[in-house]
Amino acid sequence: MSRFAPKHTTRQDLQPQTYEHGYSSPTTNYAFISQPGLSSKVVEAISAYKTEPPWLRHSRLAAYKLFTAKPIPTWGGDLSQIDYDAIHYYLKPTAAETKSWAEVPPEIKITFDRLGIPQAERAVLAGVKAQYDSEVIYGSIKKMLSDQGVIFISTDEAVKKYPDLFKQYFGTLIPAGDNKFAALNTAVWSGGSFVYVPAGVTVTLPLQAYFRINAPQAGQFERTLIIAEAGSQVHYVEGCTAPAFSSASLHSAVVEIFVGPGARVQYTTIQNWYKTVYNLVTKRARVETEGEMIWTDFNMGSKLSMKYPGYILAGKGARGETLSLALAGPDQHQDTGSKAVHLAPYTTSTIISKSISKGGGRTSYRGLVNIGPQAHHSKSKVVCDALLLDELSRSDTYPTNRIFNHQVSLEHEATVSKIGAEQLFYLMSRGLTEEAASKLIVSGFVAPLVKKLPLEYAVEMNRLIDLEMEGSIG
Amino acid sequence: MADRSVVGPLDLNLKAGAIHALMGPNGSGKSSLAYALMGHPDYHVTAGTTTLNGDSLLDKSPDERAHLGLFLAFQHPVAIPGVSVQNALKTAYEAIHCTGCHLHDHCPKLSVTEFRQQLQHHAQILAIHPSFMTRALHDGFSGGEKKRLEMLTLLTLKPKIAILDETDSGLDIDALKLVAHAAKLAARQDQVGLLVITHYPRLLQHLRPTQVSVMVKGQIVATDGPKLISRLDQSGYRQFL
Repeated sequence: MSRFAPKHTTRQDLQPQTYEHGYSSPTTNYAFISQPGLSSKVVEAISAYKTEPPWLRHSRLAAYKLFTAKPIPTWGGDLSQIDYDAIHYYLKPTAAETKSWAEVPPEIKITFDRLGIPQAERAVLAGVKAQYDSEVIYGSIKKMLSDQGVIFISTDEAVKKYPDLFKQYFGTLIPAGDNKFAALNTAVWSGGSFVYVPAGVTVTLPLQAYFRINAPQAGQFERTLIIAEAGSQVHYVEGCTAPAFSSASLHSAVVEIFVGPGARVQYTTIQNWYKTVYNLVTKRARVETEGEMIWTDFNMGSKLSMKYPGYILAGKGARGETLSLALAGPDQHQDTGSKAVHLAPYTTSTIISKSISKGGGRTSYRGLVNIGPQAHHSKSKVVCDALLLDELSRSDTYPTNRIFNHQVSLEHEATVSKIGAEQLFYLMSRGLTEEAASKLIVSGFVAPLVKKLPLEYAVEMNRLIDLEMEGSIG
Repeated sequence: MADRSVVGPLDLNLKAGAIHALMGPNGSGKSSLAYALMGHPDYHVTAGTTTLNGDSLLDKSPDERAHLGLFLAFQHPVAIPGVSVQNALKTAYEAIHCTGCHLHDHCPKLSVTEFRQQLQHHAQILAIHPSFMTRALHDGFSGGEKKRLEMLTLLTLKPKIAILDETDSGLDIDALKLVAHAAKLAARQDQVGLLVITHYPRLLQHLRPTQVSVMVKGQIVATDGPKLISRLDQSGYRQFL
């Protein structure tokens, strides 16, 4: 109950909660639906269907062995309920990849429409990649990008068009054996984006990718590879939304980013999977001399997310920054954070994590700062702020610091706060309802991170947070 | 906050455009009265009535009281990190003055441009620098900045009755004059009825209240015209203890 005097107006916020993106399209038109469950046969079938080179098929099969051999990790969220035999590991829409919006089939267009992709395209015109189930079926690359020599295609396409470039980088930063889910992804990956930015090129508009699960128990195993050559700059944005299915789905992506000397890469994720999805993602960047990697990682959806985007600061003066926002509602667990590995001198890492827990939701910050023996004069700063909206919710911090050098500076701050009665009283005395006051306080809490997003995403983000806050008061 | 009776019984009557001073030593219950009037959940009115233009306040939440025209300038306003001053003021203005609507360019009552102009004008009156508007509400503000922002909020929201809870404490001479000027402006121009809670006669010398009450241990022990101020200035509160 609210601590404030009862209201006499009709509460608008007690209407039944429906998931805004809770729709799906029939999947009977799929040309190829693999049987649920995973075996080396399925892995071979996927590779054969994609007519991949033998080395890639072998890579998949070796990864599959690693996946079966590795135990399910127990140090983080509860993974015991995932039924691997019930998951489809590959789905392909009937439509082949298309380049112009006019060629996109109407059924798919409707789905995109509901996600607001045309608006995003009109607004940014930087080239939209949209993943419909397991393959990119719609992609447009602005002429400007190709004129600059920028490659922005699906990873499957990259295997065929740029086999050498692909092979040079694929799996070198996150090998299959990194963890169980990286192994799974390497075995069954499909789709994802391949981005190559030549030396000295600045991509001024954000590259956007939309991902979407659209079939019951469809696993999404996209694989993204970003290569930014010396002195280049690029901002890549992925936003996720998924329809409402009752059975749990698994999303397990791998993202590898190579930041060349003096290059700057920002990778922004707005993760809003439906609240039955397991989101187990491995993301890592390697940053060369004076390069900079920024992870902007927003997690609102999913049942359980385990995601710790990291950077290996390999060159002198390399910088890494993580801006992480997690929101956990009832039955959600956001186990997120970041990993900073300092290998070279004068490297800097900054990790700012903010989390909001409500209605019994759970957020955990899990992070690693590793400063190696060569990384003298390095600096690391970790700030974790948790906001708890009620007594049922939970927030934990699990920081790990491994420092092998004395000439470093390491800061760690962690705060846990509740929306204070005095803050609510102050804003209510200014005419705001208790819910409006709470929303304003939450929007202020997340503002420093939301500001880092491109404007259209910032607007969407604030709207999503507003929606999440509805009905959570009183 | 322990359950204890801190204030009353008392009888106060505030009129539009009038200034009523409430003085008294520390701990006499002045701020408790202000909180109880605004509807803080820790303060309960156990007996009597409180009305604003005939509407009962006691069964209302703080926001409903604000809608009826009540305002409190806080003695120690809390910080709201990440929420800018201009956003907070606009949101509050809309909450009170716009019904199911937002400030926009073609509003017949007040366009968003006019709102901004008014805000700038009021900020100038209080010598508030424009850069102030983008700072987070009361976050890292000095005592004087906080008090001036509370007065800016008063001028922006144009309530019917405003309680100024020790808005003069901790101010230097110049800031005190600005606050007094803003309070007089609210009373004269917007016909706001002011209940001015203070320890010191100085603010009242600027404001010239029509009535002065002295509160001691939760009771109003004296109510008189402005001449009470000079009496207090000479012999303090001891005469009432």
